[in-house]
Amino acid sequence: MRAVSFTLNGKPTRLTVDETRPLLWVLRDDLGLTGTKFGCGEGVCGACTVIVNKEAVRSCVTPVGDVEGKQVLTIEGLAKGDRLHPIQEAFVEHVAYQCGYCTPGMIMGAYAMLLKNPKVTRADIVRELDSHLCRCGAHVRIVKAVETAATAMKGGAR
Amino acid sequence: MKIEDHDFDRDQELVVDGPTTFPVDRRDFVKLTATGLLVLFAVDPASAGQETARLPAGRQGYPTDVNAYLHVGPDGKVTCFVGKIEQGQGTMTSLPQLLAEDLDVPLSAVGIVMGDTDLCPWDMGTFGSLSMRQFGPVLRQAAADARAALLQLASERLQAPVDRLAVKAGVVTDTADPKKTVTYGQLTEGKRIERKLEGKAPLKPVKGFTVVGTSAHRRDGVEKVTGKAMYAGDIVPPGGVLHARILRPPAHGATLGQVDTSAAEKLAGVKVVRDGDLIAVLHEHRDEADKAMALVKADWTRHDPPFDDKTMFDHFLKTAGPATTVAEGGSLAEGEKLVTDVVEGTYYDSYIAHAPMEPHSAVAAVETGKVTVWVGTQTPFPVKNQLMQALKLPADKVRVVTPYVGGGFGGKSASRQAIEAARLAMLTGKSVRVVFSREEEFFYDTFRPAAIVKIRAGVTGSKALGLWDYKVYCAGERGAAQFYSIPNHRTAWTGGWSGNAGSLHPFAVGPWRAPGASSNAFGRESHIDVLAAKAKVDPVEFRLKNLTDPRMLRVLNAAVKTFAWTPKAAPSGRGVGVALGIDAGTYVAMMVEVAVDKAAGKVQVIRVACVQEMGVVVNPEGALQQIEGSITMGLGYTLSEEVHFRGGEVLERNFGTYELPRFSQVPKIEAVILDAPEIPAQGGGEPAIVPLGAAVANAIFDAVGARMDRMPMTPERVKEAMNR
Repeated sequence: MRAVSFTLNGKPTRLTVDETRPLLWVLRDDLGLTGTKFGCGEGVCGACTVIVNKEAVRSCVTPVGDVEGKQVLTIEGLAKGDRLHPIQEAFVEHVAYQCGYCTPGMIMGAYAMLLKNPKVTRADIVRELDSHLCRCGAHVRIVKAVETAATAMKGGAR
Repeated sequence: MKIEDHDFDRDQELVVDGPTTFPVDRRDFVKLTATGLLVLFAVDPASAGQETARLPAGRQGYPTDVNAYLHVGPDGKVTCFVGKIEQGQGTMTSLPQLLAEDLDVPLSAVGIVMGDTDLCPWDMGTFGSLSMRQFGPVLRQAAADARAALLQLASERLQAPVDRLAVKAGVVTDTADPKKTVTYGQLTEGKRIERKLEGKAPLKPVKGFTVVGTSAHRRDGVEKVTGKAMYAGDIVPPGGVLHARILRPPAHGATLGQVDTSAAEKLAGVKVVRDGDLIAVLHEHRDEADKAMALVKADWTRHDPPFDDKTMFDHFLKTAGPATTVAEGGSLAEGEKLVTDVVEGTYYDSYIAHAPMEPHSAVAAVETGKVTVWVGTQTPFPVKNQLMQALKLPADKVRVVTPYVGGGFGGKSASRQAIEAARLAMLTGKSVRVVFSREEEFFYDTFRPAAIVKIRAGVTGSKALGLWDYKVYCAGERGAAQFYSIPNHRTAWTGGWSGNAGSLHPFAVGPWRAPGASSNAFGRESHIDVLAAKAKVDPVEFRLKNLTDPRMLRVLNAAVKTFAWTPKAAPSGRGVGVALGIDAGTYVAMMVEVAVDKAAGKVQVIRVACVQEMGVVVNPEGALQQIEGSITMGLGYTLSEEVHFRGGEVLERNFGTYELPRFSQVPKIEAVILDAPEIPAQGGGEPAIVPLGAAVANAIFDAVGARMDRMPMTPERVKEAMNR
């Protein structure tokens, strides 16, 4: 057990935990942020994707000790109050979801991609999201939503 | 406290004895419906009876008294209480559309409460593409009856005969004096009016529709993109909740010997529960519970059936019982004389998993002797019955609540996690959460069975189908019967798509999006193509020549236009294929184009055209989402998904070996829904998944001249077929 400090969705956060525990379960069980989903536990499905210092990480295989001193962003921190982020808006507009369980991870994966490369092509989106699984088959709409979001953000991800 | 071990195998056979609740004594319900108009209604037993025949043994259809409620409140708000659930297919949006239409209220005024056994009336479950085609007409009738009752009240209030009244957006107007108006809300204010559905009020004609047939934006969007949407595993009852991990056997049929939980018990905060064969470790953090379970040592004795995924087909042929004929006509002996050549074919399909992204999840809480279970299930009411039986509790002491379900596809009809969570909550007095690991999800999945289709068929000198002798093992009868014009034919099946572990299957098998229909379509549509190729006729032309069903001819002709199909006998080297299907009352014609990497055997589907005729379309945008989803999901059973097993041991542990479709595999999809207002709404959630495998197999033959006889069509199998 040790104290781990990081910034979570813009707020300073300090926890006394076993630093080897997966970030996913600390977020869900200790901090009550259930928007980040458990899908496989091995980092192969993408449902638990969160942003750590602008990089997409699979929180189910990330020890909480690794985020010491870093900026962590989860799906709960993406909208500004009631104002949805352009990626969230585009997912709603294109109905880029069905059951919605993979959606938070999908949106965070797309967010990290647009942070790095705001001028994405369709091929970039397909390559980047290929490691995210969606069982309902919303893929075609997800690609459209990310394209729309990229345009709406006009090359300036925030 | 001791709770008897629950026999999960019996759950599938459990006879559901109709409504277990009549929630007029429930506090929330009474509060909400204290004033206003309440219409109680039931699914027409005649239509439910037809569907009951298609349900697996032991499952019953709707009870005939009351199974839905519609409430018009004094605030003008309409609330519908239904036992259906939202698993991603949009019923939360399309069911209110039906109500808004026949009640003449704005869609935004209609709320829906789903899948809560204390608030909603009994429902058998959400499956079989039935929500629109079976439940929809009843919901519309209830709305029409409610409208008629409100018009009667308005007539008294406005002192005007009913036939002089008009309704728009919940406001009733006297057409002779448009200043005289009254709202639905005002009519029900301060009163409680209860009506049983009489079914006398006429439904609105299709040409008068303003809400149905217009795309409605889904209601779950903002919650799902912000992480606020709650699934069963997200629920935290007051006082907190413990995660449970449960000791699992290494193989189906294994029996438990010695168990040593002493190392797990030493971990801080861990609680070990042992009750008969239920051995669980509980902790407030999931990962700590995982760690504790890894320390539990158990001796198991395996009793594996002597077959695996390589020898299963021989096993099926030996074990399957006598076949049942589902369709026949003419005489097979006459057919043999009629045809120039009898062509035989055998087609094989594999076990596949549902693999929803949300694993089976449940949270159970006990308060003053009453158990509430939040569960991701397609069947909240049957689950309630199972809980009552397992826990020996009366109906009023068990409540099942269904939050959003993270994908079902048939796999969440079985919901053992609910019973496990409830048992552990009763035993410990604490709230308990059971969320399957991915390994448990594969282990306890009710797979779609592997199957064999055997066909003997032939054409006459004029290239007309003259003989069709079809037998299917283990896929059941859904989609087995052929729809071509064949004078001498027989279709028979043995081994259904549902059943417990037993002599035929080492594990339970169950409904998987259009159960068994894809296996049947793969056999039938592949063999039709074999016959067309032998006759050196273009596969579309061959089908057109041998079809008379006008609905099928219509979708096929429309697909020719959408896809821009040009006739050429296969193999043409182009890589195009066609397949047809009828499922849940809906007609589908599908055409695909593939690219085959001849060296690697890898198949990429480049584009898919799908033309569907499904009667009245309630939410066109929603129907398109279901078509796209079906095609994308279907790529998996077609190309990569296959459950491997050794006896009772499921070898799939995670997505590493069980390959779901990914973005890079998704083709360009052109979906067209034909207008058919004269036909009532048919199923939309499943039909488009049915013909994809067959269409791709036919396209592979067209591309490289190799006939695929086994799904999934993996690179190894494609290479093997090319070298045959």
